[in-house]
Amino acid sequence: MKPAPRFRGRRPVRRPPGLLLALGGLGLALFIVPFVGLLARTPWSDLPRLLSGEVATSALRLSLIASISSTGVALVLGVPLAWLLARVDFPGRALLRALVILPLVLPPVVGGAALLFAVGRRGLLGGPLEQATGLILPFSLGGVILATTFVSMPFLVITVEGALRSMDRRYEDAAATLGAGRWTVLRRVTLPLIAPSLAAGLLLTWARAFGEFGATVTFAGNLQGRTQTLPLAIFVALESDRDTAVAISLLMVVVSLLVLVTLRERWWKAL
Amino acid sequence: MTTSNPRRAERSNAKSRLWLAAGIMAVATTCRAPDREPPPSGEPGQVTGELGGGILVSAAASLTDAFDDLATAFEASHRGVDVVLNLAGSSALREQILDGAPVDVFASADHANMDRVVESGAVSGGPWIFARNRLQIAVPRGNPSGVTGLSDLADSGRLIGLCAAAVPCGDFARRSLAKAGVTAALDTDEPDVRALLTKIELGELDAGITYVTDVLSAEGRVAGIEIPESENVVIDYPIARLAAAPNAEAASAFISFVRSEEGRVILERLGFVAP
Repeated sequence: MKPAPRFRGRRPVRRPPGLLLALGGLGLALFIVPFVGLLARTPWSDLPRLLSGEVATSALRLSLIASISSTGVALVLGVPLAWLLARVDFPGRALLRALVILPLVLPPVVGGAALLFAVGRRGLLGGPLEQATGLILPFSLGGVILATTFVSMPFLVITVEGALRSMDRRYEDAAATLGAGRWTVLRRVTLPLIAPSLAAGLLLTWARAFGEFGATVTFAGNLQGRTQTLPLAIFVALESDRDTAVAISLLMVVVSLLVLVTLRERWWKAL
Repeated sequence: MTTSNPRRAERSNAKSRLWLAAGIMAVATTCRAPDREPPPSGEPGQVTGELGGGILVSAAASLTDAFDDLATAFEASHRGVDVVLNLAGSSALREQILDGAPVDVFASADHANMDRVVESGAVSGGPWIFARNRLQIAVPRGNPSGVTGLSDLADSGRLIGLCAAAVPCGDFARRSLAKAGVTAALDTDEPDVRALLTKIELGELDAGITYVTDVLSAEGRVAGIEIPESENVVIDYPIARLAAAPNAEAASAFISFVRSEEGRVILERLGFVAP
């Protein structure tokens, strides 16, 4: 027995319009064809040797440390910033919002150069910082984390800020009416309500940090084992050892896909 | 609409094919180098008559200033020709050419990258050596960390940068260090010589090894420390016309110009040495 249609007037399943199919298919090809190219160039039999090499393993380690650290920093600093931007009305808020999103549209190289001018050894704050603490950020892992955070944190801020602005604030009001303090409201009502957006923001932030290249190489330089993350290793290897470059690229694709697919299945459905 | 009209469906199918074709053509058109169309015919090239169109010249990053000047001078004497420069590390340029980029002229900062292109059969004229270069230690203006020679690059208390080993300037720098018996206390492998120079200019690095011509082109923003003859290397710059050159005639004319007396004067002004 066929199941009865759930509601009247439901349209029969038809072939999607040809124009949409053509353009959508072309759009999909734009994403898929480059990966097919990558797979076609992959030296499959050499893959274990290439990926177990010192260059790939140390770059993977640094990439994971840097991307996870900068996601952590973004969580600690970005959520309060998003809250301030969403909830506190102050003059110049629109300008500040734009400033926070700027790293998304700026070429990363510009971000890296700006970081050099600010916290490089001869930078505005970098000089005093080195004199006071002996800490030099460029050419260090700390510099890599700073550069990736600068480029990736905007993803967290705009996602969380958007969620805070669009959520139904009556739940918060109700909790407050029932005697919950501000901290309790934030912890028990606000954060659970925006959790899906927060998770999506964290995921995007991590993904952007994992793939960061321009700001990192400009600000933190490139040294194997210290500052050379996967994208930097690929860039250097592309010119000298293409098999290694392709192998590491494949590694990045697999790790990114794995994280995006598994975490999205778990967290991201709400969006 | 409950029943679909077959003629209508056919028409919309044809329409969608048309749109698809238009889309592909739009993509294909934007893929071509935008500077390749012949220049407007308002002022025909009186000097050379037949030469025209654009040429794409892939030149090593260390040739940036020299080829800017050479292209300007060439365009002034060959009115119909538009020279487009593609400047990057020689190894990156080599890969572009091997991948089929429509390049007319390739000027490399070393033999190794040029040889790979020649071996692949992509060269139809040359290569010819058109200039030579030397290495120098580059330090920020005023030499704040007091570098005097290559041995100071072994000091881990200084921040030291080189070009990555895959790039000619990095390869030559390592050969020079090997000649001097020095192991550099390296803090960064920069992707090309300009990136290295920028970090030295900004004072972020205390020293690095670059070409003499780079120190000269920085016009006082960095200082050069001589590397003695016994520890230095001589760098040859080969130039070649590519077999796939879309504009072979103009490419040959440009190469002749680079190797001419006029070209030599421009190159020497920037610190290069005649071959």
